[in-house]
Amino acid sequence: MADMELTGAEIVVRCLEAEGVKHVFGYPGGAVLNIYDEIYKQEAFLHVLVRHEQAAVHAADAYARSTGQVGVALVTSGPGATNAVTGIATAYADSIPMVVITGQVPTAAIGMDAFQEVDTIGITRPCVKHNFLVKDVRDLAVTIKKAFYIAATGRPGPVVVDIPKDVTQNRCAFVYPETVTMRSYNPTHKGHPGQIKRAAQMLLEAQRPMLYVGGGAVLGNATNEVQALARHLGFPVASTLMGLGAFPEPDPQNLGMLGMHGTYEANMAMQHCDVLLAIGARFDDRVIGNPKHFAKEARRIIHIDVDPSSISKRVRVDVPIVGQVDQVLGDILKQVQHLGTAPDSVAQKAWWTQIELWRAQDCLKFDRSSPIIKPQAVVDALYRVTGGEAFVTSDVGQHQMWAAQYYKFNQPRRWINSGGLGTMGFGLPAAMGVQFAHPDATVACITGEGSIQMNIQELSTCKEHKLPIKVILLNNGVLGMVRQWQEFFYEERYAESYVTSLPDFTMLAEAYGHVGMKIERPEDVEGALKEAFALKDRFVFMNFITDPRENVYPMIPAGKGLSEMILI
Amino acid sequence: MENEAGALSRVAGLFSSRGYNIESLTVAPTEDATLSRMTIVTRGSDDVIEQINKQLNKLIDIVKVQDLTEGGHIERELMLVKVRAVGEGREEMRRMADIFRGSIIDVTDKSYTIELTGDGKKLTAFLEALDPAAILETVRTGTSGIARGERVLKL
Repeated sequence: MADMELTGAEIVVRCLEAEGVKHVFGYPGGAVLNIYDEIYKQEAFLHVLVRHEQAAVHAADAYARSTGQVGVALVTSGPGATNAVTGIATAYADSIPMVVITGQVPTAAIGMDAFQEVDTIGITRPCVKHNFLVKDVRDLAVTIKKAFYIAATGRPGPVVVDIPKDVTQNRCAFVYPETVTMRSYNPTHKGHPGQIKRAAQMLLEAQRPMLYVGGGAVLGNATNEVQALARHLGFPVASTLMGLGAFPEPDPQNLGMLGMHGTYEANMAMQHCDVLLAIGARFDDRVIGNPKHFAKEARRIIHIDVDPSSISKRVRVDVPIVGQVDQVLGDILKQVQHLGTAPDSVAQKAWWTQIELWRAQDCLKFDRSSPIIKPQAVVDALYRVTGGEAFVTSDVGQHQMWAAQYYKFNQPRRWINSGGLGTMGFGLPAAMGVQFAHPDATVACITGEGSIQMNIQELSTCKEHKLPIKVILLNNGVLGMVRQWQEFFYEERYAESYVTSLPDFTMLAEAYGHVGMKIERPEDVEGALKEAFALKDRFVFMNFITDPRENVYPMIPAGKGLSEMILI
Repeated sequence: MENEAGALSRVAGLFSSRGYNIESLTVAPTEDATLSRMTIVTRGSDDVIEQINKQLNKLIDIVKVQDLTEGGHIERELMLVKVRAVGEGREEMRRMADIFRGSIIDVTDKSYTIELTGDGKKLTAFLEALDPAAILETVRTGTSGIARGERVLKL
């Protein structure tokens, strides 16, 4: 029956509806006008009009990070797609499930250097989990189904679906497949039983054990399993930047963050442990520093990851286990309980004594009596004022590290930052995505005066949707992390790292219809935060004037080893 | 791999973006028209080969990856060589082709075009046996490989 046939544009909308999508972040343009016309007619989801395509993708990404659901962005062909690329690469680097629909010029115009034509498939290929060009409307529904399936399963990641304009116009019968199977894509769920047994035995034999928790534990919803195993064994836990919140940070069993700006106790324990259980982590350069230095100390490594290519990539492991981290950890705990023995208590006690000595270094101390606002003090106050319950997004640089060090996350999916790609401009649009996903939650964006200006146009989107985000700008007037490296490694030649001609951020916020605040004295920090967070229905832009000379400590210089930290 | 547009560029892109080298790459559809089979010749340490294997498996369009060098296998490559063939050299060139079990598939007054099949080493040995000045043009297909015995790559 011809009248039962739908246009490609209708099919796109119906597919998103069938996937249970509630928010689409996007920006219209010629190639996607048919799709926008159908969006206009529907009520299944809210379309959020951003002010730049990069922000749409970051918002969809953060929506996914904070909920675990697939984020969705929609942009037009050509510049719409190229503007989206930074957002796609950001999501790819952190394994975020996302579907990005891009418009494309009509199939007959492809390859003709048409207006607003780029090879979106070619440009995005290295920074997506997979991408599709849909040339026939009859393939559209099944392709979108596959896109959601691929994005969300296995090691998650962004999937691009490129749809030429004529495909959105053409008609065919619409059936949305219930399930999809692909002979070339079958992610592993269960870990190998023999390896799980070996892992359990190794953990029970450990003298100086350590749990190393990465972003995969958060993405794989394995935080209950991480906590159950850690508590059962009583082993120390440390997280990567992406794993923060997988284990409650205020807990004494938690040693804090690992890596370049991780805590002394976490890095020393990582270097000196004899059995290391890596959970959804990838031993990257910002975590273990120099792999040769790391390998100097003998240790046995168990590595759980859903992606086989993450295992034995930078560091050789003894017990690789491919599978979903939650399932594998659950199986290891069962095996540990089944074996019934306990770790050597004398060795454990000695290990914890050593760890407490490292912890006594108090590596995150800072000058609390400074006459200039210390950025650490702002994050510390934010933690207290929000009771540790806020969603915190950040941009990239010193403020990101201070946020990670001083905000003690109790829960997973509360800390939203661009860890892998390190994308400045992520924080504000990410806060939007989180606030849409959790309308009643407290959302703070910790940022710097460099980063915030990379997507500042989104103040307008926030106004349109009355998003009560609180921006915590740690304004030191310098590109702080660049400046820090120049101080340490370039003999204080501060090339282009001072930011002059900054706007009056209070007036800027007010120009967009928001509340602006400028805080210059340390004694005003906490009061100002309380005042801002009391404005529950307003977007507040808080400009904290902070010490421009403050550095992030501890620090492992690039190429150095974990025990070669610079302490304050 | 799935016989899909773009599948080849995903593989080529993977090798270039991760800095793996490709010595040769051949690809064509199989008896199942939905599948293509690719033979890649690459070099690397065991760690690098393990990563290449895993990264290829991660590509959505790749159905199965087999390292042929893990067992006995056969490699074959086809080469076409156009050589100068005049005067005394004309007979000499025929003999060389015979010795290497090549066949002359095109002839002019001044040239032969020789077809030669074998593993890469044999083809290289043939070229080295010729007077370099006699070689006018060569074209090689790159290696195709298959396991020895009853071992088969099946889905």
